[in-house]
Amino acid sequence: MEATLTAPQILKAPKMERDFRTENLSIFYGTYEAVKGISLPFPEKSVTALIGPSGCGKSTFLRSLNRMNDEISGSTSKGSIWIDGVDINAPGTDVIKLRQKIGMVWQKPNPFYKSIYENIAFGPKYHGVKGKKALDEIVESSLRRAALWDEVKDRLKDSALALSGGQQQRLCIARALSVNPQILLLDEPASALDPVSTGKVEELIKELKEQLRIVIVTHNMQQAARVSDFTAYFYLGQLIEYGMTEKVFTNPENTMTQEYIMGRFG
Amino acid sequence: MQNNETMRVQDRKSRIEKHHIEDLIGRSYMSLCVLLLIISIVSMVYFVTSKGISTFAIDKVSLADFFFGTKWSPEGDNPTFGALPFIAGSFITTLLAALIASPLSICAALFMTEIVPGWGKKLLQPVIELLSGIPSVVYGFVGLSVIVPFLRNVFPGQGIGVAAGALVLSVMILPTITSVAADALSALPRNLKESSFALGATRWQTISRVILPTTLPAILTGVVLGMARAFGEALAVQMVIGNAPFIPKSLFESASTLTSVITLGMGNTTMRSPHNNALWSMALVLMLMTFLFVFIVRLLEKRRSI
Amino acid sequence: MKARAVDKIATIVIVTLALLIVAVLAGLLGYILFRGMSHISWDFLTSAPRKIREGGGIGPQLFNSLFLLILTLLITVPLGLGAGIYMAEYARPGRITGFIRLIVEVLSSFPSIVVGLFGLLLIVNIFGLGFSLVSGALALTVFNLPLMVRITEQAFRSVPAQQKEAGFALGLSKWKIVTTVLFPVALPAIITGTILSAGRVFGEAAALMFTAGMSSPRLDFGNWNPLSPSSPLNPFRPAETLAVHIWKINSEGLAPDAAQIAAGASAVLVITVLIFNLVARYVGRLIYRKLTASRRMN
Repeated sequence: MEATLTAPQILKAPKMERDFRTENLSIFYGTYEAVKGISLPFPEKSVTALIGPSGCGKSTFLRSLNRMNDEISGSTSKGSIWIDGVDINAPGTDVIKLRQKIGMVWQKPNPFYKSIYENIAFGPKYHGVKGKKALDEIVESSLRRAALWDEVKDRLKDSALALSGGQQQRLCIARALSVNPQILLLDEPASALDPVSTGKVEELIKELKEQLRIVIVTHNMQQAARVSDFTAYFYLGQLIEYGMTEKVFTNPENTMTQEYIMGRFG
Repeated sequence: MQNNETMRVQDRKSRIEKHHIEDLIGRSYMSLCVLLLIISIVSMVYFVTSKGISTFAIDKVSLADFFFGTKWSPEGDNPTFGALPFIAGSFITTLLAALIASPLSICAALFMTEIVPGWGKKLLQPVIELLSGIPSVVYGFVGLSVIVPFLRNVFPGQGIGVAAGALVLSVMILPTITSVAADALSALPRNLKESSFALGATRWQTISRVILPTTLPAILTGVVLGMARAFGEALAVQMVIGNAPFIPKSLFESASTLTSVITLGMGNTTMRSPHNNALWSMALVLMLMTFLFVFIVRLLEKRRSI
Repeated sequence: MKARAVDKIATIVIVTLALLIVAVLAGLLGYILFRGMSHISWDFLTSAPRKIREGGGIGPQLFNSLFLLILTLLITVPLGLGAGIYMAEYARPGRITGFIRLIVEVLSSFPSIVVGLFGLLLIVNIFGLGFSLVSGALALTVFNLPLMVRITEQAFRSVPAQQKEAGFALGLSKWKIVTTVLFPVALPAIITGTILSAGRVFGEAAALMFTAGMSSPRLDFGNWNPLSPSSPLNPFRPAETLAVHIWKINSEGLAPDAAQIAAGASAVLVITVLIFNLVARYVGRLIYRKLTASRRMN
């Protein structure tokens, strides 16, 4: 924890070489502007939560961070996404290579229709890892990082679909980790899970942030308060408020943020 | 700084990665498949059309003689190419088959979706699938050995003829109409029915005043698809219709359709002879009717979505 | 009161007509099997037909039908997969996609006799392939391709979208995702559809009369050299299929037992289609279960 910077420090800090932030990012579906010119930093070794009512653009924003919106026809974007000093939103970016650096996990667990082992080994194999030993190691370490190893180590050859929902979601996190991403995007990762599984996933998020940056979209205010260091409140495609989670939750500057958070807590 | 970044982006662009090659291979392969699909239909339309118009362009048969002439004697010194008997035969059998099959199919669809949605579907679904799977020559064979003798015993005439053809066709198009109608009925929003029942309407009132009017375009789509199948069906009809080149005066008189006359004539004529060309003209008529049926289906589907 | 009575009558009419269809199928199957089964024997299934004398079999025709089916599927399946995947995963809504969709729709409602004529003109005469298995297979490809495209497209469309997203997020190329992530999930539906379409191909006759031909050379089932004219495996020989044979003996059969042969052959055809139907269901379910391990879930 001692390495974590505080929000004011980060906001005031000069643009770092190894940074990850958006600058004036807008996303359009046809002519509809779903995300309106958002600039937001995602500091190292921290969790940033995106909150706001349904349809506020937070999921669209999250999906744009690894250019996933490219796959939706009619979707266009303006502005920049900076990763390590490169604007990955610029035309000509190799989107496929880029996505390797940014893992993603969705609301509904979506393991491949393959064995547990194959689910994890699939990505690294594609990206050039050769040899059974190297793959075995990646599978084990990824599953360990996702706190799933002990539960599945004896049945790696079983279909991933035979796992419980909570296990499947942790498998998806392990799969995302298998290609060593620098950033992890989580789209309501616990909303389809039972309380026990949710607790496990939250635990995991807290551990993982020591290794990479995490951006999480959530409707659950308690969860945002529990796991995140920074919180951004979205409304109608605009960024209404951004700051340290503690500050946003206890003493928001904007009354809209306050009403939303209070309403959700009450 | 701006310059530096642009260069790095450019750099990413110019490198050829494994995934570029994979996507290129995939795209080329798919384009080839789609291209073959397009080539096959374009060449089919081209060849059928060019062969089909040669009756009029080369053999100088007038359009009126072909479409309205009732005398078909393609061989001999003074051949005539009146195709009206076959066109009429095709239309009569198709319309009759649709008239027989439509009420049956709609009832079957209602049975599956409204009357006993549970086991009704379980019973009729496989029945419909099997009926659509039975080959047309088998329908022809059964028509020839069951329907024709039956008609011969009950009605005047030889049994073969338009009635036999229409009966065989009606069984063959039952599955098409039923499955389209059943899909449309089961896609109906639940509250539509419930609000009708809530007003105290009986099931039949609900079906006749709410369900059928709402699903009419979809049901008609099924009927048109069935007619398209009936119009193009060759062997089953040919086996039971009798193949006389006249416009039938009764349902139990031997007649011909466009498909039956092509089936019988094609093997016995030489390429490029006027007789052969006239058969191609009939194939052209069949093709144009296919376009018309597809066009009508599309019109109906447009009405459905509004 | 009156509305009640009408409702009752209407219900009775609907149920009666629906059950009539069931009765038609039962009667149809019953008739074909009852009349045909008594004629089916090992000898009937393996021996060659006779022109004028009785006792002819359907051996070569049965073999031709199966061989032609395999040839057709070998051509159709890869093409149908390619075009179907394009429609499901790559085509963006627009004019070209609309045009291809129209083509598939038109092609699938083309009368098979017209497909046969087209095959006669282009494949048999212009390409010079003659009445042959290859000509027949190509004609059947035109006939079966639109169906295969639809089956593939629907199978791919029914794969959950999140599967694709997961692949993208791992940095896989789209083609890699299609072939290794989506394809296994779509496979059960594709196999089921393919087997059902195989039943249709197996029973098709009109498209084959003028392409694969209406005769079969004397086949030597001991000769497996595909280039020899009397070899069953030679793809360039004419091949009358079972369905064409049924049509032929019904319209010009001279053997005294023509009617029984037609009945027996019809029964064989129908039984084969029934088997295709059953196998399609079973195999599809089996693969799906294997993929999802749903047995474990229970």
